Amino acid sequence: MTKIAYAFQNGKAFIPFLTCGDPDLETTEALVKAMAEAGADLIELGIPFSDPTAEGPVIQAANLRALRAGTTTDKVFELVRKLRETVTIPMVFMTYANVVFSYGSEKFLSKAAEVGIQGLILPDVPFEEKAEFEPLCAKYGLELVSMIAPTSHARIRSIAAEAKGFVYCVSSLGVTGVRSSITTDIGAMVKLVKETKNIPAAVGFGISTPEQAREMAQKADGVIVGSAIVKLIATNGRDSIKPVTEYVKSMKDAIR
Amino acid sequence: MSNGRFGIHGGQYIPETLMNAVIELEEAYNYYKNDPDFNAELDELYRNYAGRPSLLYYAEKMTKDLGGAKIYLKREDLNHTGAHKINNALGQALLAQKMGKTRLIAETGAGQHGVATATVAAYMGMDCEVYMGRLDMERQALNVYRMRLMGTTVHGVDAGTATLKDAVSECFREWTSRISDTHYLLGSCMGPHPFPTIVRDFQAVISKEIKQQMLAQEGRLPDAVIACVGGGSNAIGSFYNFIEDPGVRLIGCEAAGRGVDTFETAATVATGRLGIFHGMKSYFCQDEFGQIAPVYSISAGLDYPGIGPEHAWLHDTGRAEYVPVTDDEAVETFEYLSRTEGIIPAIESAHAVAYAKKLAPTMRPDQSIVITLSGRGDKDVAAIARYRGEDLHD
Repeated sequence: MTKIAYAFQNGKAFIPFLTCGDPDLETTEALVKAMAEAGADLIELGIPFSDPTAEGPVIQAANLRALRAGTTTDKVFELVRKLRETVTIPMVFMTYANVVFSYGSEKFLSKAAEVGIQGLILPDVPFEEKAEFEPLCAKYGLELVSMIAPTSHARIRSIAAEAKGFVYCVSSLGVTGVRSSITTDIGAMVKLVKETKNIPAAVGFGISTPEQAREMAQKADGVIVGSAIVKLIATNGRDSIKPVTEYVKSMKDAIR
Repeated sequence: MSNGRFGIHGGQYIPETLMNAVIELEEAYNYYKNDPDFNAELDELYRNYAGRPSLLYYAEKMTKDLGGAKIYLKREDLNHTGAHKINNALGQALLAQKMGKTRLIAETGAGQHGVATATVAAYMGMDCEVYMGRLDMERQALNVYRMRLMGTTVHGVDAGTATLKDAVSECFREWTSRISDTHYLLGSCMGPHPFPTIVRDFQAVISKEIKQQMLAQEGRLPDAVIACVGGGSNAIGSFYNFIEDPGVRLIGCEAAGRGVDTFETAATVATGRLGIFHGMKSYFCQDEFGQIAPVYSISAGLDYPGIGPEHAWLHDTGRAEYVPVTDDEAVETFEYLSRTEGIIPAIESAHAVAYAKKLAPTMRPDQSIVITLSGRGDKDVAAIARYRGEDLHD
């Protein structure tokens, strides 16, 4: 079993996302520890990028706040090293291709593995371009997570067949952000994945309430939440540990 | 490696949500580019709507003044809407219509591509929404009004640096949320495959005409072709049919802003390095951690932190040269061409003319230079007056 797969051994997985360094790295450190204790099964650590083209306004703003606070890729590596003294659940990086490529893909991935990261999510790297990063991910024992979208149709089988870690099902068209309802047939997407490969599938984009999480967890193996958490951090800043902890607990309880 | 590579550059670095859309676009383009009816229809639009072929004008005054190579201006500024952008807008809109799309979205920097797209949308009866950085909307207020006049909705983009790169990002975001009826009419030879190829092919009419016109007027090919480069669409269009003619120097002029040794520059080849952004691998202005740099140029149309992948490849192979031109040089040339030839160039195009001013005197009178005048300068007059400390009131 792969390390990411452990996240799916505790019932349905709850996967929170946050942007590292928003509002500062000390708060991120406290938040990650708190989320892990509150029941998160896997955590997506966003490395900020100046031009996050797949994000809605909430996460775009978090990226800019983190960069303005002086967050760099090296500082994020140091954060993860510190977190690994206490946090045992799997953690993956979520960032953009240029952050990895510009650092030197091999240098980035070897360092990520060394500090204790299990996987990588790059929303601007589709199936056709994964050869840019996947062989190096494999070399250092990281899993490059594949995404499928409501527009993927026949592509789902090809993507799932070569997927690693888990399949990230994008719930709706558009960028990240809270949505009042999700109309895509997630069940059908997950079914196609499972027919192709025995791999966990988690749903993300637009999920914010325990009700939505419960509904999605009935159709998939896990639920990913980003913007709703980032919004709590934006509102509460350094005081966001308590509200985020409570939120993560309520979401994990909803899908148990 | 994926499709759409120019050497190591290019590719398709975009969200999965858009992959089927670009694959569908590629299939449609591969079909229609060889379809005689499609090409006849486009030719007709080029002739009777855009006003092609554009003139190849012998700039006799400038030639005499500089004392060297003969200077020709390829007058893309005389096209309908006043810039080369109409070539690509007509081609892509016609293609989108064949694909059954009813709505166009586009980014714009100086506003020329936005105006071209709005124009074509009005003509073809398609819905149109243009994304423009808030800062550029202020710099190019006249073009914003022109777009609205033709029924286009203009969205101000406040994200990031509120300029061209942010408008491109916003278009990609908008496209992921509405694909089935919408074509993203990308304005430059950049972005994910197949856009760099499609835009180049529709702009290649420029070099096709230059070649015919030079052979007719001079009986030989030019010694150099010079064009300004932001993303690089007028330059790739001006270069394309000369790539296989080694005797023709191809020179792209980048916007150096306040200078390539300052942070206020947009000269990608001079100051950038290899990266992956906006769907492509190419050269980008960025910091040591890959954060895209907030670039600067007086010209809103060249104010972009990257360069199209085919230019990156032409740079790698040495087939084309890329040189930086500062704000000061461009403004001085803007005034020079107005005074000398009675032609007010777009501030973007003035970058190309500025380099030609330096090059021509080093060449012989039996040699010739073609400068692509990508657009006309009416839109820039107020900004240039401001640069010279004069405030024009409307």
